Amino acid sequence: MAKAGAPEKLIIHGKRLDGRKLDEFRPMKAEVGVIPRSEGSATFSFGETKALAGVQGPRPMHPKGLQEPTRTKLRCYYFMAPFATSERGRPGRSRRSTEISMVVAEALSNVIFLEDYPKTALDIFMEILQANASTRCAALNAASMALADAGIPMRDIVSSVSVGKADGEIVLDVAGAEDNFGDVDLAVATVGGGDAFVLLQMDGIITMEEFKKMLEIAKHGCATVYAQQKAALMKRYTAEVSE
Amino acid sequence: MKNEYMRKLILADTRADGRALDEFREVKVQKGAIKTAEGSAIVTLGNTKVVAGIKMDAATPYPDTPNEGNLVVDAEFVPFANPEFEPGPPTEESVELARVVDRGIRECHAIDTEKLVIVPKELVWSVHIDIHTINDDGNLQDAAALAAMAALQDCKIPKYDVEKKQVVKVETFVVSTGKPLPLKETPVEVTVFKIGGKLFVDAADEEEDALDARITIATTEDGNLCAMQKGGNGILTSEELLRAAELAVVKGKELRAALG
Amino acid sequence: MEKKSELLVKEKQLVAPGDVVARGLEYLPGSGCYRKTGDIKSKLLGLVRLKDRVVGVTPLAGVYIPKPGDGIIASVTDLQSTFWILDINSPYDAILQLGEATAEYVDTAKTDLSSFFDVGDVVYIKVLNVSHSKHTTLTMNDYRAKKLIAGRLMKVTPSKVPRIIGKEGSMIELIKKYTGCHIVVGQNGMVWLKGSNEALAAKAVLKIEGEAHISGLTDRVTAMLKAEGTPEPETAQPEEEGGA
Repeated sequence: MAKAGAPEKLIIHGKRLDGRKLDEFRPMKAEVGVIPRSEGSATFSFGETKALAGVQGPRPMHPKGLQEPTRTKLRCYYFMAPFATSERGRPGRSRRSTEISMVVAEALSNVIFLEDYPKTALDIFMEILQANASTRCAALNAASMALADAGIPMRDIVSSVSVGKADGEIVLDVAGAEDNFGDVDLAVATVGGGDAFVLLQMDGIITMEEFKKMLEIAKHGCATVYAQQKAALMKRYTAEVSE
Repeated sequence: MKNEYMRKLILADTRADGRALDEFREVKVQKGAIKTAEGSAIVTLGNTKVVAGIKMDAATPYPDTPNEGNLVVDAEFVPFANPEFEPGPPTEESVELARVVDRGIRECHAIDTEKLVIVPKELVWSVHIDIHTINDDGNLQDAAALAAMAALQDCKIPKYDVEKKQVVKVETFVVSTGKPLPLKETPVEVTVFKIGGKLFVDAADEEEDALDARITIATTEDGNLCAMQKGGNGILTSEELLRAAELAVVKGKELRAALG
Repeated sequence: MEKKSELLVKEKQLVAPGDVVARGLEYLPGSGCYRKTGDIKSKLLGLVRLKDRVVGVTPLAGVYIPKPGDGIIASVTDLQSTFWILDINSPYDAILQLGEATAEYVDTAKTDLSSFFDVGDVVYIKVLNVSHSKHTTLTMNDYRAKKLIAGRLMKVTPSKVPRIIGKEGSMIELIKKYTGCHIVVGQNGMVWLKGSNEALAAKAVLKIEGEAHISGLTDRVTAMLKAEGTPEPETAQPEEEGGA
């Protein structure tokens, strides 16, 4: 069933509409320590998709009745800025942002040493400033770095990518037309670029064989993102001092 | 304390109620229970009970699908189902449940939405599925998805008066055309739960409290995967993900058979 | 097969969460590190700290979590009949019991606690005890403990405090020399300044905080202070001050 406005082909001669190979990322950018008034912060971009994350806390948790006696309460807030999409979006929470906030928090709770800060709240705010697919992946990548920037103890960094299917081919880092008119969108996140999946959401129809292939591609993609995140974290503190 | 006990059982390949790890509780599907709805079903998985009701009305189509009907899925965690449910706006959990049921139906095009057009580009049928929990003894997700699918199968399209721009009613009852919804696919959701290295299905409430991780997988009649959602905390390896997918296909067939 | 023990990092090396800092059972995880099967990994974005066989990582950012024995700067936020509540620049508040504030006998029926410390007072005080759930108590029973009157308070990242103090207080001495300021530094990241050139002292503190991880810091700070400050004459008698 073709949607209104769908391009005839998403893949021409092995190249995607934006010129990428099937397993090629859009240019990625990662920067740490960008919001002085947050404890820790970072941006992460896949091409034009740009996410900004800031951490506040650990800080006192109110009301006291909601405090957890032995660990910090991790709260994630994901938003899409109204100007992030071509048509103005409605500001504030939506069911989609609620769900994404939830799966991001669940992913991160696997790596944070929550017991180090009993009775407090640890708040992570993520905003998508520009959206061109893979938004939750960019947000999670930014949040992971922001937590490290804030001095929050973690087992490792969490890295996230999207894998899709366009014109029957498996593609890495879904974007633009592939997101709107492609058949499948699989978002995953792993810990430390390894085989531990802490986030997985899939829409579309795939066979078991395709699922197997997509998992492999996604896993390697996450490892590539992990390297980017680590490099950005190192860069934060190895800049030369200007005399 | 209870969590430890549940974990021990699962790790020893047993369960509190004697089931096997890959065994569902008794599945009952009762279609047409709600007379005021265009389609409805009550589904029980053991003691877990949910009701799904469908209301249909005419609406303007979404801008990017001008010649297709609409699908909306909502879920309510009614407080009588579980002492932990509080009254108020939808919680994250209920939003997730609704959205995952929605994706299972939408992604495989279970409803032939192109056949739900009343006036092309202007007026289409909107299918609104509301799922309410009646008793929560674990695995609400699978029960909800099954109830939604059963309600879709039960659903009959109302009569519509194009001139008066309203659904035809006699007193307060909607008049039916008697025609069923155009359905193309029968997606079924199976949530696979993990404790230690063990994967199991249809967790009871106590087992849900002891989980390491879970993933909900929607499958189609021909054994393909059409929606997936890893929920809750925890880690799944790629080997576990593939094993879970296979389990979901096999158990999905059983649940589909229960739809009748 | 026993894994050969191996140290993979140098002192003051920058590491990130998940980085393997050592292999094998001969090394022990210090604060900021954890053990995963045979490896010791960093929990933090920070600098490696080696002491014998213990490998730790000091964070470059993060909030203050109280530890018994810490000398901190706190401000009174509330008082009850027998204790005060203080803000210690942490997600956790702290309590000062009457018995830990003064050795005198106090008749609480007749005396208002505000005569000792009132809301808004700033003190240099010691952390007495921190429970498992971070319930924190303080004590004035320490030779350095005192009220800090007037002056200027600033906040820095708690993990930078050792650099601001310097080896055996050398950095504080350096700043004092060129700014004529008394400086009290709390382990909780609170810094108190009072004297002739508070602005320059504050600038020096911020410079140390911002560049703590870059070698050659002492030289750069000295150069800045020499250029912008006035060295104190050697004969000046410093007033009694606390905090080291």
